[in-house]
Amino acid sequence: MAQKVLMKGNEAIAEAAISCGCRHYFGYPITPQTEVAAYMAKRMPKIGGTFLQAESEIAAVNMVIGASAAGIRVMTSSSSPGISLKSEGISYMAGCDLPALIVNVQRGGPGLGGIQPSQSDYFQATRGGGHGDYHLIVLAPASVQEMAQLTVQGFDLADKYRMPVMLLADGTMGQMMEPVELAESTAEKVEKPWALTGTGMKRPHNIVNSLSLTPDELESWNGERYKRYAVIEKEETRYEEYLCDDADIIVVGFGIAARVAKNAVDAARAAGIKAGMFRPITLWPFPKEALHKRAATAKEFISVELSMGQMIEDVELAIRCERPVSLCSRVGGMIPSPAEVLASIKAAAARTGGNA
Amino acid sequence: MTKNILIAGFGGQGVLFTGKFLAYAALLENKQLSWLPSYGPEMRGGTCNCSVIISDDPIGSPIVTEPDILIAMNRPSLDKFEAAVVPGGEIYVDSSLVDRKVERTDIKVHYVPSTQLSTEKGFDGIANMILLGSVIAGSGVVEQKDIPAAMSKVVSAKHKDLYDFNIKAIELGYEYN
Repeated sequence: MAQKVLMKGNEAIAEAAISCGCRHYFGYPITPQTEVAAYMAKRMPKIGGTFLQAESEIAAVNMVIGASAAGIRVMTSSSSPGISLKSEGISYMAGCDLPALIVNVQRGGPGLGGIQPSQSDYFQATRGGGHGDYHLIVLAPASVQEMAQLTVQGFDLADKYRMPVMLLADGTMGQMMEPVELAESTAEKVEKPWALTGTGMKRPHNIVNSLSLTPDELESWNGERYKRYAVIEKEETRYEEYLCDDADIIVVGFGIAARVAKNAVDAARAAGIKAGMFRPITLWPFPKEALHKRAATAKEFISVELSMGQMIEDVELAIRCERPVSLCSRVGGMIPSPAEVLASIKAAAARTGGNA
Repeated sequence: MTKNILIAGFGGQGVLFTGKFLAYAALLENKQLSWLPSYGPEMRGGTCNCSVIISDDPIGSPIVTEPDILIAMNRPSLDKFEAAVVPGGEIYVDSSLVDRKVERTDIKVHYVPSTQLSTEKGFDGIANMILLGSVIAGSGVVEQKDIPAAMSKVVSAKHKDLYDFNIKAIELGYEYN
């Protein structure tokens, strides 16, 4: 076991990326993710890597496209408004089947919004953000340890399935410090025969491209991609359950919202209410089967989010509206308190005839 | 056992540094811990606060809304957070900057004139460490024996003079209690 060190979430992302072979980072500063870039600026030159602060988010994401096409591990990071700017490039990466890690340390929106934590880019992350039919694998860390772990897994998944992966964090996760144990990637190195590495006059040219003016060809590219997505939905869905087995009320939350929800679940249990917590770790693919199973025994669900209600739609779809789902949320950089979540749990318990 | 600590003051008083010291001390004691700063414009001069949780069990929310220990380095911080302290909790006040007494009677209050002591005893700029010494003595939230090792985590080995300077300031606060 490696020794535990104390790090900010943003720093843990950067160090984890370096530990699993990322040597190219392109970005543009924005609060609350700037420590990722600052860390990379300090470390990359010392290990023969490249840190480049581009002239804009759009330039940075296009540098990521270039580096990824050359077959190397590459990442960029930003916060909400910056991710909107990068969305065109992310769509192109999806269309070109290029792996990369994109980090979004979310802040309040829309527009320039604020700099305090938010989860209101859930739709953008899970539904695409850019144009066209595509998905990103979306990973939602809830601790500094997971910031590091999911960064490594994100790179591995991106290479395995040849697609961009998004780490969807928020300002709290980025700024907080917790003990973290850094581990290296254990996944097998993925060969990239498609990469633009020079033919050496020994093979035909590789082409990385998202353009096809032949509809049936473009349709087949989309079809092939969605076959891969189906495998991902089957193989790569991740979630955590806490006290769900006998729970009447299940609180669903990811990232910082799940941390707050856990306190509320403990308080509800202490008050005699059978509450549990379900935490999606992959937001796409959403753990719908696992959550649907819980609808057989749980009486009500509560979606806890730092948004006006985005993930709640996936919760309702997952349980096929078989049980009521209510929303407990704060926005604009505010975070629901454990007391607010507990009040939602008590209200649900009262409706379902439990203790309140 | 879980201790929820809220440190609050002006930007520049060492609010985040004080929290960082406690976090490293807890790490050395193999405790679970979280450290969460306010990261808005307050870093550059406004009011600033920092949540530190030290626990034997995994930590849920890292945001301290009901502190067991409040470290108030200025009047606005005491005004804002006094009511939030849990009954039976503790407040440590820099009484040279806070010109009122704590109104609550269900908590333990420690008045330490840390800014005044820092000027008188030659510890200009690190009144926070004097107050921290008092917190460690009064609450036992981290152990006295871990102070040197924790300090070496937050002050670079290149700055032996700063290390000694900070250690002595903590000792002064520890003795004051």
